[in-house]
Amino acid sequence: MQKQAIFQSKLLPYALVAPQLAIVLIFFYWPALQAVIQSFLLQDAFGLSTSFVWFDNYLELLQDRAYFEAIVRTFFFSFAIAVSSLSFALLLAVMADKPLRGSMLYRTLLIWPYAVAPPVVGVLWIFMLHPSLGVLSRYLRVLGIDWNPLLDGDQAATLIILAAAWKQISYNFLFFLAGLQSIPRSVLEAAAIDGARPMRRFWTVTFPLLSPTIFFLLVVNIVYAFFDTFGIIDTMTRGGPGKSTETLVYKVYSDGLLGGNLGSSAAQSVILMIMVIVLTGIQFRFVERKVTY
Amino acid sequence: MVEEEGFRRYVAHIILWIGIAIVAFPVYIAIVASTQDNALIANGQMSLLPGGHFFKTYYQTIFIGTSGSTREPVGNMMLNSLVMALLIAVGKIAISIISAYAIVYFRFPFRMPIFWLIFITLMLPVEVRIYPTYKIVADLHMLDSYAGLSLPLIASATATLLFRQFFMTVPDELLEASRIDGAGPLRFFWDTLLPLSRTNMAALFVILFILGWNQYLWPLLITTRDDMQTIQIGIRKMITTTDALTEWPIVMATAVLAMLPPVFVVVAMQKLFVRGLVETEK
Repeated sequence: MQKQAIFQSKLLPYALVAPQLAIVLIFFYWPALQAVIQSFLLQDAFGLSTSFVWFDNYLELLQDRAYFEAIVRTFFFSFAIAVSSLSFALLLAVMADKPLRGSMLYRTLLIWPYAVAPPVVGVLWIFMLHPSLGVLSRYLRVLGIDWNPLLDGDQAATLIILAAAWKQISYNFLFFLAGLQSIPRSVLEAAAIDGARPMRRFWTVTFPLLSPTIFFLLVVNIVYAFFDTFGIIDTMTRGGPGKSTETLVYKVYSDGLLGGNLGSSAAQSVILMIMVIVLTGIQFRFVERKVTY
Repeated sequence: MVEEEGFRRYVAHIILWIGIAIVAFPVYIAIVASTQDNALIANGQMSLLPGGHFFKTYYQTIFIGTSGSTREPVGNMMLNSLVMALLIAVGKIAISIISAYAIVYFRFPFRMPIFWLIFITLMLPVEVRIYPTYKIVADLHMLDSYAGLSLPLIASATATLLFRQFFMTVPDELLEASRIDGAGPLRFFWDTLLPLSRTNMAALFVILFILGWNQYLWPLLITTRDDMQTIQIGIRKMITTTDALTEWPIVMATAVLAMLPPVFVVVAMQKLFVRGLVETEK
């Protein structure tokens, strides 16, 4: 697609793209290239000499049990966050889509958590469910649950998933509501005339028509769980206890910062880049279908 | 019309209010905790009703900071966050709109390669290039500066794409008309295109401001001086010390203050926010 009416100028267009191009080259391509180069290098313990080691950093990673576990954990987190947040948001959106009094107020009261930063989400949830002073922990103890997410890895993981899903409810709710509102009423009326009860109407008409939105949100939620949970994890558990809440992004951060193992950290970055490229590719392919659906 | 019987409607109201309660509960607890006495909270005796320390806690938080861990007034952190968020939002819009203008309204060698160079940055979020980017910013002596906080986050393929898409829908007749009036490319941009883009810019600004204010990983890496901390970093440092020493009312007041600007933006500019969110995802 191209404009027919255009301007003629030799230098002006370059001047206009120059700022964006400069930033992209300096802060995106150069570091990305450095990460790729770094991932093929091995530095000795004192940082005095580096040698080219081909794919050794990658091979080492792939044989590293901790890395494998971080991959599995990240996918598990993504799946759990996406499913719990999506199903709750869908329930709310279906309710808010009904012709109710005050539906605008409901929308306002449900969308604002989008604006809460991940580290703040982490602080809010760890405070509520803190083993010694949390308001909700008291009740868990009354129920006989030995609640201590600072020591118990599974409980820490549950906490991260709950907090991350909580933050994502509003985003999913908004997109579900938009998706529901774009379903033609006539289709639902036709189903009603055919005698389909509301539950049946939902599963046989609404849900299939909503599937593009669901798929789109699934991808967005997975990307969110990969990257934006960093702040939540860092304020709540710092990847612990042990390594039970360490995701791939958190591992890049902590290996590079604490371990000083730049070659491995760079190789991890490159693997992450490939994952983002795949996810973005899926998202784009899909968005095109959403438009023509 | 699909009829909704009264009973089902009640159920819908109830489910929505339960949803709202779940969504609001953590924030309610934070607000309540920020008005209570630290000793009470540390004992696990926190009440679920507001206490009487509202003014004392917020005064100390904004102007003095914690007495133990960070000792930096949160007011200053908020200022840093505000400057960073504004620089990111305005910077992204400014550089994207002019590059989109060049790509749509001019034909020049390397036009498409440049477009692709910008487009591909979608796939390089800061998380996958943190250490090399850190090194460059350090080499450029931009650690602990507003430039270092904002520049590496400023390039935006989404904004460029959005403006490009919008410019494509602007009728060609407008350009012909202003050309007849003797306007050059800069005049046309300033007098015609920019006013037309106002709503798009506003919607984008709302989203970018929130994203900028909420940045975490990048400021965490490149700020070392306490007076350059953003509020998101400050809140993390406040709970670094072991539990017994954490001043929870101040931490919670900081959390509330950190939420306030972006939540206000979402609620007050809801229409623009929804529009921006939907448009940037396309």
